[in-house]
Amino acid sequence: MFGILRIAYKLLANDRAKFTALVMGITFAVFLMVQMTSMFAGVLSRSSATVYNVGASVWVMDPAVQTVANSIPMPDSVLDQVRSLPGVKFAVPIYSGGSLVKMADGTYQAVTIMGLDDTSLFGRPVMEAGRIEDIYGENGFIAVTDSEYTKIGSPKIGAEFQINDHRAKIVGLAKVSSNGLFGVPTLYTTYSRALQYLPNSRFTISYILVEPKSAADIPAIQAAVARAGYVALTRDAFVRQISDFYKYKTGIGTNLLMMTVISFIVGLSISGQTFYTFILENLEKFGALKAIGMTSRELVAMILFQAGFVSLTGYGLGTGLCATMIWIARARMPDYAAIITWGNLLLALGMVVVIAGISSWFAVRRVLRIEPFDIFRG
Amino acid sequence: MGEVAIRAEGLTKGFGQGETFTLAVSDVSFEAYRGEMLFIVGPSGSGKTTMLSMVSGILRPDSGRVMIEGEDIWAMGEDALAHFRLHRIGFVFQDFHLFPRLTTAENVAIPLVIQRRDWGEALTEARRFLDIVGLGHRADIPPVKLSGGEQQRVAIARALIGQPDILVLDEPTASLDGDTGRNIIGFVRREVLNDKRCILIITHDARIFEFADRIMTMEDGRVTRIDQGGMAHVAHEGV
Ligand SMILES: Nc1ncnc2c1ncn2[C@@H]1O[C@H](COP(=O)(O)OP(=O)(O)OP(=O)(O)O)[C@@H](O)[C@H]1O
Ligand SMILES: [Mg+2]
Repeated sequence: MFGILRIAYKLLANDRAKFTALVMGITFAVFLMVQMTSMFAGVLSRSSATVYNVGASVWVMDPAVQTVANSIPMPDSVLDQVRSLPGVKFAVPIYSGGSLVKMADGTYQAVTIMGLDDTSLFGRPVMEAGRIEDIYGENGFIAVTDSEYTKIGSPKIGAEFQINDHRAKIVGLAKVSSNGLFGVPTLYTTYSRALQYLPNSRFTISYILVEPKSAADIPAIQAAVARAGYVALTRDAFVRQISDFYKYKTGIGTNLLMMTVISFIVGLSISGQTFYTFILENLEKFGALKAIGMTSRELVAMILFQAGFVSLTGYGLGTGLCATMIWIARARMPDYAAIITWGNLLLALGMVVVIAGISSWFAVRRVLRIEPFDIFRG
Repeated sequence: MGEVAIRAEGLTKGFGQGETFTLAVSDVSFEAYRGEMLFIVGPSGSGKTTMLSMVSGILRPDSGRVMIEGEDIWAMGEDALAHFRLHRIGFVFQDFHLFPRLTTAENVAIPLVIQRRDWGEALTEARRFLDIVGLGHRADIPPVKLSGGEQQRVAIARALIGQPDILVLDEPTASLDGDTGRNIIGFVRREVLNDKRCILIITHDARIFEFADRIMTMEDGRVTRIDQGGMAHVAHEGV
């Protein structure tokens, strides 16, 4: 069989023009698809950055909340209620809100302010410089050195700003595991200072972060919170809810779907058609092979091998190209949000397999139909 | 005359249905012998190709049998018949049907490759057969760079490489000019025919009749006569 596949390979690879067109078609389709889905995956992962960075197991929020950035304040009574639930080990509030920072040169910059529970500092970031305890100091704020850090002038410890006419002083630098989507810098302070510096509505708690006694307690906590008119989501469920919001309620998902369909059509029309033309061109020769004594099974094996070889080559080139592009883009723009996930790769592979499947199905049908007698007749 | 190589019994084949039905071959019986070159002639549409296709195992007859070495080839399953053709029958087509993207040697090696022979061994053997047809020096170029006569010799090498004992050629000289055609058939007569082998050739080309042992004439799907050819009773040596 190896020799037969070798013939199959030579028939295809020696036809430089077609082989190139075939591989390019697949490469291009895979590139488009992986690029799009990776961008989207990047956006999705960033949209949940806060959820990952804070790291709580269960989040209690208003039922109308769709993304972590748009919290809806809850009254303090909810916090007391949650704390009194039997399965709750501890529950703390967190503040999350936007504000404007007035920098030394008088310009303004939008920022996200995270207010950590004063007693526990739960949800604290990993410190790079300074001590987390300094956050309690006068006007203490901690700046996150993510890709947005430069927008507030890359402040060092001791730098000062104004937030709503209050003085704010950088007492530490922190890093977070995940960058946000919205392109604004993040500052951490205590919950009480956040309330003090920022104008508030009647209610002040953005989220209640809950640590259950055990995972088994979560359903009961969720039920109790629901009875109180709020929702309690596990970290993963919250991330999923945010992702679903971007996928289904923003048009990004639809666009992505369209791009996927387009890359599929591009791949199929370039490579599928080229493959079919290639088969048609060699059809009589395949008929001659049949006469000589090649079985239908062997002919099908040749075609599947050709389709498979082209597809995998194109797939490898496409994903490689995409990875290189993203790598270059990242090196130039730290902000660039794209991640190639296993899901993306599998999806693209699935698409390639479908393209190869459709192309070879038509090719196989055609080749099985030729009668060696007709070839012999000329 | 040698042993019987092929016995056709009552071969019949029709195409189409109703109004368009054509009886292409009607109740044809004959024997072909080892060591002979049997020509099949007759007007266009008389059923020559249809008949030879049934005999060589690529077209199933509506009725009748083809016995080769006592085996009823149309009683075999599809795969068994393909295997039979691969090992026992060599085909030479009017249009050569060589793959332009393979080298001449690779084209010739194909039957051995299908037989699962080792690649290197098959190519060595292909070069040997190219030498036999006088094209050893052309082994590594694609067949499209060869002249028509050379391509037909490549096709003959491909038909011979599996050492088949039956060789079928349909209009092998139709794409060639007169002298080239004569030379090729002369070559087949001299070098390819041997005591074991039976060669069946369909042709319109009267200039090559001199190479035939017998000439079978078909008209309207029937065999109307069998004549002695120019080479009747001539002894021969070959590969
Ligand atoms: N696949 C087919 N479908 C319909 N009719 C066919 C088919 N093959 C052959 N025929 C008919 O059968 C008859 C015999 O055809 P065949 O090709 O065997 O003739 P031939 O003697 O080889 O002719 P030629 O010298 O032109 O090659 C013709 O009338 C032809 O039209
Ligand atoms: Mg014919």
